[in-house]
Amino acid sequence: MTWLLRRLVQALFIVLAMTIIVFVGVNVIGDPVDVLIPPDADQAERARAMVALGLDKPLWEQYLRFLLGVLQGDLGRSFVYNEPALQLIGSRLPATMELAVTAVLLSIVVGIPLGMFAGLKPDSWLARAIMAGSILGFSLPTFWVGLMLIMVFAVQLGWLPSTGRGETAALFGVQWSFLTRDGLAHMILPALNLALGNIALVLRLTRAGVREHLQLEYVKFARAKGLSPARVLFVHVMKNIMIPIVTVIGLEFGSVIAFAVVTETVFAWPGMGKLIIDSINVLDRPVIVAYLMVIVFLFVAINLLVDLLYTVLDPRVRLETRE
Amino acid sequence: MYSIPGCKSESTAMSEITLEVQGLSTHFETRAGTIRAVDDVSFSVRRGRVLGLVGESGSGKSVTGFSVLGLVDPPGRIAAGRILFKGRDLTKLGEAELRGLRGNRIAMIFQDPMMTLNPVLRIDTQMMETVFAHAEVSRREAWVRSRDALGMVGIPSPEERLSAYPHQFSGGMRQRVAIAIALLHQPDLILADEPTTALDVTIQAQILAEVQRLARDHGTALIWITHDLSVVAGLADEVAVMYAGRIVENGQVSQVLKRPMHPYTHGLIGSVPSRNKRGSKLRQIPGMTPSLLNLPTGCAFRTRCQQADEKCELDPPITAPAEGRMLRCFNPQLEAIV
Repeated sequence: MTWLLRRLVQALFIVLAMTIIVFVGVNVIGDPVDVLIPPDADQAERARAMVALGLDKPLWEQYLRFLLGVLQGDLGRSFVYNEPALQLIGSRLPATMELAVTAVLLSIVVGIPLGMFAGLKPDSWLARAIMAGSILGFSLPTFWVGLMLIMVFAVQLGWLPSTGRGETAALFGVQWSFLTRDGLAHMILPALNLALGNIALVLRLTRAGVREHLQLEYVKFARAKGLSPARVLFVHVMKNIMIPIVTVIGLEFGSVIAFAVVTETVFAWPGMGKLIIDSINVLDRPVIVAYLMVIVFLFVAINLLVDLLYTVLDPRVRLETRE
Repeated sequence: MYSIPGCKSESTAMSEITLEVQGLSTHFETRAGTIRAVDDVSFSVRRGRVLGLVGESGSGKSVTGFSVLGLVDPPGRIAAGRILFKGRDLTKLGEAELRGLRGNRIAMIFQDPMMTLNPVLRIDTQMMETVFAHAEVSRREAWVRSRDALGMVGIPSPEERLSAYPHQFSGGMRQRVAIAIALLHQPDLILADEPTTALDVTIQAQILAEVQRLARDHGTALIWITHDLSVVAGLADEVAVMYAGRIVENGQVSQVLKRPMHPYTHGLIGSVPSRNKRGSKLRQIPGMTPSLLNLPTGCAFRTRCQQADEKCELDPPITAPAEGRMLRCFNPQLEAIV
């Protein structure tokens, strides 16, 4: 438990350090007042706007006010929407989350079996095709793949819709696309687009792990015990290689949320990514800061979760934590 | 096979042959050519007896063991020969039938106990899955059998140790676990591939005594693969000396060690440190083990052999220079070792 406490304190410091970097960074990229006031506004109007937005104070004071706000759960109000930034992000978060979760699930259910096959029969033509395909998977730019998916499946074949979330249904007071047929159809293309790189990554990692571990003594010993090939692969080998795979999936989950920006833009998916792009365009500082804080928080939380999963998967890690 | 008059074995009533290997050749096809890892090897082990398979690393000892279990992976394959296990030719069996024998009638113990157990599975999982692989029993029954096997190899408080992970055991204890797994189905044959090499000398002696006792009690035939002649001297009934994929000499331990005939066996015995006088230079076999890809024609040992002449460029035939002995040499050394 002391281990968990130590990790939580560490996480707190990471978040704190990020607030400083984000706050200073956002201040450097430009003055929002120039964007927000009409170009013909005079000096007095400009000064009034600065006071209204709290930008007349020195940077350190702005930061301390921000920190104070954070402690009360207030990450500032959007200059543009005049809504609390956190609430604004919260309204877009479910759309991004369902896309990200679907993409990660896809990379697991597609990537791991394909990787196992490619690791088991590395010389078969199918394994070679999978490996060649995986190179395309992570080397083609996401936006281009997204456009191609729209071209083929939406424009040419007309099978799937290409924009928006489609019909949504409410669960726990939040609108979700995955609960309706139409919404699911709308999710397929963007989720696939987002998942493609991760499928390739998980696949290659699984293949490398299977190939490496099949050579190890414990596999030969397991076979010498008379175990079936299925048990050797699914229990002995997989439990060992799940450790690196879980790490990568955890990291990927974070980046899928953070970098859904491109996919959301291509598919006009009304998630956080689209919000942040719009906010950067108009230098809506509170929203940018709040968005980055949410992302940092998610990354830290996911990593903590991955570390906890390690202790389930690897008994050697468990022992160290007890000591 | 051959009968040995006046040897120390108690009776011949028990002497049915468990494993008879005839002309076994296991080859690996590589881009650089065919590697004859095992080349025309013949030997046999009887019930309750111990055969020491001796040779340097790369001489084909381990591949011989894996060939018996049918665990030679491509590009390796059994190119010729018969492996008769209680009369059945294992080279003719399908994968499912072989799997039914592995860990059940034929068990194997590996060299490095740190590597053979799966680090992320508990000992009980690794033992009980072996029980389930060959017997339809309840979980409770499998657990009891596992516990009893651990107790049999001298692991204290086996109930508790069953729920431990391999890293919580010392090397010697892990090897005992591996031996317990090998004993779970009371096999007819155990292949032990240098199981004590990675252990301390004291642990080594304990394990040797333990395995010897267990094999004797259950009438298990044992093939002990090793590079250590002193282990063979203390443990085995018969010894087969391998060099570059071939058995060069084979016979009763007492006779082979006292009167080695092949110059290679001579060299091996001569280079055991305890035989050399203190302060004198350690005797050694000149040269290095040749690469299996690039073996000399005829006798593979001739480039390192002081007895070698032109004859040795041909393949030496297998001869029986004495009763129960087998030799593959044109110029055997006949004087006893000093």
